[in-house]
Amino acid sequence: MTKAEIVQALYARVGGFSKKESADLVDLVFEMMKETLGRGEKIKISGFGNFVLRDKRQRPGRNPQTGDPIKISERRVLTFKASQVLKQALNPRSATPPHSGAASNGGSVSTSSTGGAGSAATSSPSLAAAASTKA
Amino acid sequence: MTKSELIDAMAARSELTKARAELVVNCVFDTMTDALERGEGIEIRGFGSFTVRPYKPYSGRNPRTGAPVEVPAKRLPFFKVGKELRELVNNSRHLAITGGDDEDDDDDGKEPAED
Repeated sequence: MTKAEIVQALYARVGGFSKKESADLVDLVFEMMKETLGRGEKIKISGFGNFVLRDKRQRPGRNPQTGDPIKISERRVLTFKASQVLKQALNPRSATPPHSGAASNGGSVSTSSTGGAGSAATSSPSLAAAASTKA
Repeated sequence: MTKSELIDAMAARSELTKARAELVVNCVFDTMTDALERGEGIEIRGFGSFTVRPYKPYSGRNPRTGAPVEVPAKRLPFFKVGKELRELVNNSRHLAITGGDDEDDDDDGKEPAED
């Protein structure tokens, strides 16, 4: 999936935006996230995951090609930590739902997950339900 | 920054009401979640890419009690930061990291150690 497909989804699912406006808004979402992370602020998107910043000290490393020892300079890195809601959405059967509401939804997702279009259609409501039990 | 702060910032930056901005932000993350659920990766140039990685089942231990647990096969999302954002983040090293505590509120810590 590319940004163009997210734009298309916004255009199709949320009424009232032209294609150009949809494209600008999707750009704006990622731009604002970049700006936020770029000033050292982490981001928590409930139901999706957290974009976490970490400062790494300088450490010794090796060039994997040649084996030569090199110095890995100190740096700040970004990692993504997926939320439990997202992890469960990717693992409908194996997940242990914290609440009964999520359990029944998990079942309905797993039965439809064999059909591509079906699972896409059912995924949003099940996620919304799972998110609401978390909130 | 939380999702609702992102929505507020979106509304402030665009001509949107908060309600409309919320629809936009939710739609973006719902669409991305749908793609990952289908096992499909997402590539956002300048930001990064998300892929779904399959993990084999393994026997682990509850780190608290030491009791053995069978961890079933699972799929987990993986994010690889894009070059532009990686540099942007690294260049913010002189600024303090802000945005709340490190331990997130979304996670209940029930999952055994992984990654």
